Amino acid sequence: MSHLFRKLSLLFARRRFRSELDEEIAFHRAQAEKEFVAGGMLPEEARSAALRRFGNPTRVREQSDEVVGFRAETLVQDVRFAFRQLRKNPGFAVTAILILALGIAASVSIFAFVDAALIKPLPYKDPGRLAVLFESVPLGPRFHLSWKDYLDWKRDNHVFSSMDTYTQVGLVERTDNGPQQVSGARVSSGFFRTLGVNPALGRDFYAGEENPPAARTALLSYSTWQVKYGGDPRVLGRAVELDDIAYTIIGVLPRDFSFAPAEPAEFWTIETPTRGCETNRGCHNLYGIARLKDGVSFSTALADVKAIAQQLEKQYPDSNRDQWGFLLPLNAYVVGDIRPILLVLLGGAGLLLLIAGVNVSSLLLVRAENRRREMAVRGALGASPRRLVLQFLTEGMLLALIGCALGIGCALQGMHLLAALIPKDMMATMPYLRGLGLSPRVIVFAIVLAVLSGALFAAIPLARMRFTEIREALSQGGRGSAGLIWRRFGANLVVIELATAMVLLAGAGLLGKSFYRLLHTDIGLEPDHLATLQVSGSQTKYNTDAKSIALGREVIRQVRALPGLTSVGLTSKLPIEDGDQTTDFHIVGRPYHGEHTEVAFREVSADYLQTLKARLLAGRYFRDDEDQSKPRVVIINQTMARQYFGAVNPVGMQIMTSDKDPPMLIVGLIADLQEGQLDAAPRGAMYLPFNQYTMPQFALVVRSSQKEGSLFSELESAVRSVDRDLAVSDAQTMDQKIHDGPSTYLHRSSAWLVGGFAGMALLLGVIGLYGVIAYSVSQRTREIGVRMALGAARGSVYRLVLREAGQLIGIGVAAGLGASIGAAVLMRKLLFGVAAWDVPTLAAVAGLLAVAALLASYLPARRAASVNPADALRAE
Amino acid sequence: MGKPDLLPGTLDMLILKTLARAPLHGYGIAQSIKRMSDDVLTVEEGSLYPALQRLLLQAWVKAEWKMTETNRRARFYTLTAEGRKQLGVEMSEFQQMIAAITRVLAEQS
Repeated sequence: MSHLFRKLSLLFARRRFRSELDEEIAFHRAQAEKEFVAGGMLPEEARSAALRRFGNPTRVREQSDEVVGFRAETLVQDVRFAFRQLRKNPGFAVTAILILALGIAASVSIFAFVDAALIKPLPYKDPGRLAVLFESVPLGPRFHLSWKDYLDWKRDNHVFSSMDTYTQVGLVERTDNGPQQVSGARVSSGFFRTLGVNPALGRDFYAGEENPPAARTALLSYSTWQVKYGGDPRVLGRAVELDDIAYTIIGVLPRDFSFAPAEPAEFWTIETPTRGCETNRGCHNLYGIARLKDGVSFSTALADVKAIAQQLEKQYPDSNRDQWGFLLPLNAYVVGDIRPILLVLLGGAGLLLLIAGVNVSSLLLVRAENRRREMAVRGALGASPRRLVLQFLTEGMLLALIGCALGIGCALQGMHLLAALIPKDMMATMPYLRGLGLSPRVIVFAIVLAVLSGALFAAIPLARMRFTEIREALSQGGRGSAGLIWRRFGANLVVIELATAMVLLAGAGLLGKSFYRLLHTDIGLEPDHLATLQVSGSQTKYNTDAKSIALGREVIRQVRALPGLTSVGLTSKLPIEDGDQTTDFHIVGRPYHGEHTEVAFREVSADYLQTLKARLLAGRYFRDDEDQSKPRVVIINQTMARQYFGAVNPVGMQIMTSDKDPPMLIVGLIADLQEGQLDAAPRGAMYLPFNQYTMPQFALVVRSSQKEGSLFSELESAVRSVDRDLAVSDAQTMDQKIHDGPSTYLHRSSAWLVGGFAGMALLLGVIGLYGVIAYSVSQRTREIGVRMALGAARGSVYRLVLREAGQLIGIGVAAGLGASIGAAVLMRKLLFGVAAWDVPTLAAVAGLLAVAALLASYLPARRAASVNPADALRAE
Repeated sequence: MGKPDLLPGTLDMLILKTLARAPLHGYGIAQSIKRMSDDVLTVEEGSLYPALQRLLLQAWVKAEWKMTETNRRARFYTLTAEGRKQLGVEMSEFQQMIAAITRVLAEQS
């Protein structure tokens, strides 16, 4: 122990220790000198003899230091030396650090997204035990529940410890600034308990609160509380008027709470099962959420739900025919759409990191080659192999450390940049991205990358050193096994780079083509110069069909009076949107046994289809005078005709939506309008005249000959002039709607991001190839000189170099092609209208890579061909 | 270079023994060992000073700066009590080893 204590005290007195040692050494030498002089030598001779006999004072100092110092001190020395070495070769250091930082930044940024979306658990208790419940129909598996079905499912199931409902609603909030459109959610009373969430302030709904005579209550989201109520705790008990109904605010939800399927939601209101859709078993407007009992698996639960649905089908054949049950784990439902994209991006970033790592490794290998002689000299001067090895290790880790630190810094910026690029609407539906940043998992990931890259960079020169004899390196023009090892090992690294770049390029090409196809799908309308606007009237004010119809007609009349408008229409729901209005129908005159024939429907004004410039295939458009006094009419789309009418011309036939409503005559057939998202499959849809059925919430569509500019404010004032209390929102052009829609956005950003990675990969790969060929040429300078001296033409030198390059490129591209097809197959969920083995894209990309690589090899080839044979022979 | 090298352990022992007679500076220790061994053992200065540092750390010797007869400043090393004890231990271990080696060598003819 006192040993350690003495060491520590010497640590602090190091300078004095060194100067004392120096003095001792000087004294020793002086004595020896005196002895020699006394023995008869001349003074100068004596001095040099003494110096020689004493040996290397530096060595003595070093060894004394080693005895006295701690192990760590040599590490500090090594680090400082490594710093000096890097500073001496700034080109190499900066290049290596930047390349590594690039790879690390890309990987860490994308991983942060993956972590926030896919890895971080949802903010509920035991989120892995939650399931979302649907009723499935032949059209598809994810359709709404009805309230009465929910009650039966809740009562009859054996697998859920609790079950509740939720639905997204658009509400009109009465504020001091007039009516505002807000998003909200309507939930059953046990919803938050099922999730395991407690309000941060106030109380949750109590069990059964949805049943009267309980008053209407609502919970606030945390951000709404902060923004609209200033975080005032006295908000409890206050009333807020939503859709002309007074809701009492009973609580505020926690800050980190969000429920992606219903977001964005400012107000969470209690379900009202005594009115509207909820009173009818056949009316489906809710989704279910349930917590599985302990020990029950998702497949067991699914089987149970299916069994209950089948039971209900038998009990209620009118409303429940062909309605089955379906469920998904909440985790899968929430991130299902973006999981493929995130994984593709993570893969792309990983590949880029691979290329960056390979590139820096090549740089290190070349550097190790160049320092062979230096190492040999140091070894001869007495450096132990251990010290030399430590030297390389320290340099490698230092490079890795600096590169990773820089990379992580850039990743932080990159993360926020990427997040800022996501449109606000999309961000609202992805609340898990709110916590994007350096979470502990991301930090661990970054550290692991740093350690791995450090180990790699340290190992490379070490592996290199093993193959060299120090003495051999000292000899003139010593090449020996070194060049061979470099050729075999170093050059192969470039092949990996080229193959990886090929994969990224192919991915970018396929995604780009997908995106192009997406934007150019036939949407059945002409989107240029179309402006849209959402209008909402109060339900209580317009509580009859007649009032709503009158509202719609008046709005159209006012808007039509504006200058520069070619045509005006309105619809209950715009095309290229999520969500749906659906109904069943049956064909009059055909036998009907209650089969499921669900199609979308829209209520549209007479000029709507013409405003959109939808294509009429048979029959006619609506007439403006077709109101409730005339016979009911309907226009259907091509898919509905094909699915249900076959080859028969549907115009002139009649359909009915239910036995209560009168039959409708099909007067027209149009080509499909894209009612769902751009990449949604075609669906049957029918269009009903606004003048015969409607609600006071609709979307206005105008085709204008002028630029938007002031158009939207003019539209808004025209609408408001009909009724000041109308809520107006979501003003955008159809082009904007298409280009900013979620599926467009996802395709576009993945194409751009992967394209960015591919571009960087191409650059790195080409630079890597250039480096390899240039180095190989420099190694073979003498050989080339000999050849030219013996009479070889310049052309043959070109061929020599380009053949070597061509081999590497050929193998790289071929390997890359194979890997690309594999990657594309993995990625096929993201591809739209493009096959994984799309030949034109792959060929173009392969061509691009080959040309770029050949160009990169051309430069060293030219340098080789312009070598002066005499100089080459003289050089080593 | 051609002279036999000392094992590091024995160097410590020889230094301690030299200092047992009287305090000396580094040069003096080397000269003493050379003289006492009839020029057979030459201590490399490169080994001497690290060895002295080792002994200092273990507190088997202590050092102080004093003036020599020629009025030059030099660092004199003195044996401590623990050093004296250590010397005894090392000497007996060394003698045991020598005896054992001698026995083995004596077996051959």
